[in-house]
Amino acid sequence: MQPDSASSTPPPAGPPIVSLLEIATAFGRIGTTSFGGAVTSWMMREVVWNKRWLTEDEFLTGLAMAQALPGVNVVNLPLWIGYRLAGVPGALAAASGVIFPPGMFIAIFYAFYAMLSRYHETALALQGAAAAAIGLSLAMGLRAARRQVRKVIPALILVATFVAVGVLHQSMLMVLLALAPISVGHAYWEVKRL
Amino acid sequence: MKDNILLTLLVIIAPLSLMSVGGGQAILPEVHRQIVLNLGLVTETQFVTDFTISKMAPGPTSLMISLMGWQAAGWQGMVVATIAIFAPSSILLLLMARIWSRHSGAAWQKAVESGLAPIAAGLILASTLTIARALGGGWLAAFVSLVVTVVMMATRINPLWMIAAGAGLFMLTELV
Repeated sequence: MQPDSASSTPPPAGPPIVSLLEIATAFGRIGTTSFGGAVTSWMMREVVWNKRWLTEDEFLTGLAMAQALPGVNVVNLPLWIGYRLAGVPGALAAASGVIFPPGMFIAIFYAFYAMLSRYHETALALQGAAAAAIGLSLAMGLRAARRQVRKVIPALILVATFVAVGVLHQSMLMVLLALAPISVGHAYWEVKRL
Repeated sequence: MKDNILLTLLVIIAPLSLMSVGGGQAILPEVHRQIVLNLGLVTETQFVTDFTISKMAPGPTSLMISLMGWQAAGWQGMVVATIAIFAPSSILLLLMARIWSRHSGAAWQKAVESGLAPIAAGLILASTLTIARALGGGWLAAFVSLVVTVVMMATRINPLWMIAAGAGLFMLTELV
């Protein structure tokens, strides 16, 4: 597939010509050094300021899309950046960089864990690590929730989602089909009203 | 038999890729419900292990789905699970990329973004509950989780230190 720089709707600003290998290595480096949050700001520093591949506006447009559409931000954003730089092949190169090198890490970690699993201490250490990881996850959830509970409707949607999925074990598809139209519809009404 | 498991993984995980609003963590309750509870392809302990390893290693939490694929059906399972979790959402994003940038800042985009945010937050909290229940740790686990939560909310410390501290503390209990 060709990068679509010459098609009828070219990207607004002309991004620089970057090779697929450059894209893959840049995101491979970001992927293997990204632990927990702050990955997007690190990508912005790298892509916008250091390499000057995209303008800040283009980056932020991509970030909004990466967050709004399904999928992982850490993968969606590279897809968008790679796509702007070199079309679909660029997108694949960027996504591969953030998926495969960390994937290797995880496989190696797991193999190492499996090797040590006959020791009782390994199971204990993993339980302790799991308890801490649950704390990381709770902090992430609370941070995301903090912004939503200031208004009545988003707060109700949040609680309804949590109860239906977390407590009542309802099918996620059903919960999304029921709540997403209400929540997005309400958000649309709010945007239009302002 | 194995082909059946691979197909099952694909059929369960690929739709979840398109449902992962607010990142990979949001789908964990559903992954747990289907793959651990309904099908028993992965045990509770494996589920917790995969989550924990994905938090210890770099990269997205969604990579734990790859590990679950490995446990359910070997390396082919890992490949199928990885493709199933990343490909559908990636294809959707690329299909939307043009339309999205052409209408950048449009009302419907803001509505989708802010309308899905409370659902994403609810799902992340639900996933935390799912994992905590799967771990089934006692008071020490609950204590560690809550201390880590407070520290992470209050400081900008590297999360890896928290994981190392949790592991270390549990190993110390062996000595006393």
